[in-house]
Amino acid sequence: MTNSLLFDFTVDKATKTVFVDREFAADLSLVWDAFTKQEILDQWWAPKPWASKTKAMNFEVGGRRFYAMVSPEGQEHWSIQEFTSIRPTTNFEMRSSFADKDENINTEMPSSDWDLNFSEQNGSDSDPVTKVSITIKHKALADLEKMIEMGFQGGFTMTLNYLENLLTTLSQRK
Amino acid sequence: MIALQAMTPKAIAEHFDTTRQAVSKHLRILTECELVKQEQQGREIYYSLEIDKMKEIDKWLEQFRKIWETRFNQLDKVLSTIKKQKK
Repeated sequence: MTNSLLFDFTVDKATKTVFVDREFAADLSLVWDAFTKQEILDQWWAPKPWASKTKAMNFEVGGRRFYAMVSPEGQEHWSIQEFTSIRPTTNFEMRSSFADKDENINTEMPSSDWDLNFSEQNGSDSDPVTKVSITIKHKALADLEKMIEMGFQGGFTMTLNYLENLLTTLSQRK
Repeated sequence: MIALQAMTPKAIAEHFDTTRQAVSKHLRILTECELVKQEQQGREIYYSLEIDKMKEIDKWLEQFRKIWETRFNQLDKVLSTIKKQKK
């Protein structure tokens, strides 16, 4: 069933904007909670084997989430998301920046503006489907590279290593 | 256009509703990013696309896409766990 859910990722290089659309097999209020409550966010925000650790989160306009992406070696990359607009349970906007461990925004590093939209699709009552559309505006396309370096590079490389091992194992079985 | 052949700013500008100066400015930025290379031929400068560089960009954008894919697959599991707990 999961396979029929939409996933769309596009990048408009000219406007330095990333668009991510995804459907989830859950009702609108649950998906909203998954994006706006720290205890749920920390369970999925970091691609494994990285971990997301939210130190503080105040989900209201003017509030912020202060969190770290923790590498498998325990290295912490801190970020701050500042909530600039909230319309429960259909939209919220935030500005995402890198920070140090003392919650100071690093102005030398790129920040990005996020717009997240939530809408219930035409699923049945027993199997509701919620669509999330995310728009991420960057000041420069190269900023994306920095984000990968800071938050995910290690994790992604490890995933690739895992895949490589798996493929080796599978080919040896033949 | 410049993926197909090297062109001068003047020739590029003729295809759009813009000036040669504006095109030159864009090309200068792209050259600084090493996405476009220039070649002097007599009095004119010809610009062409650095195909390899563009591929490099696509490669790391693909990484970014994978990150979102992984992240959302994890969210699928979290959502399904929460739904089961509620029942």
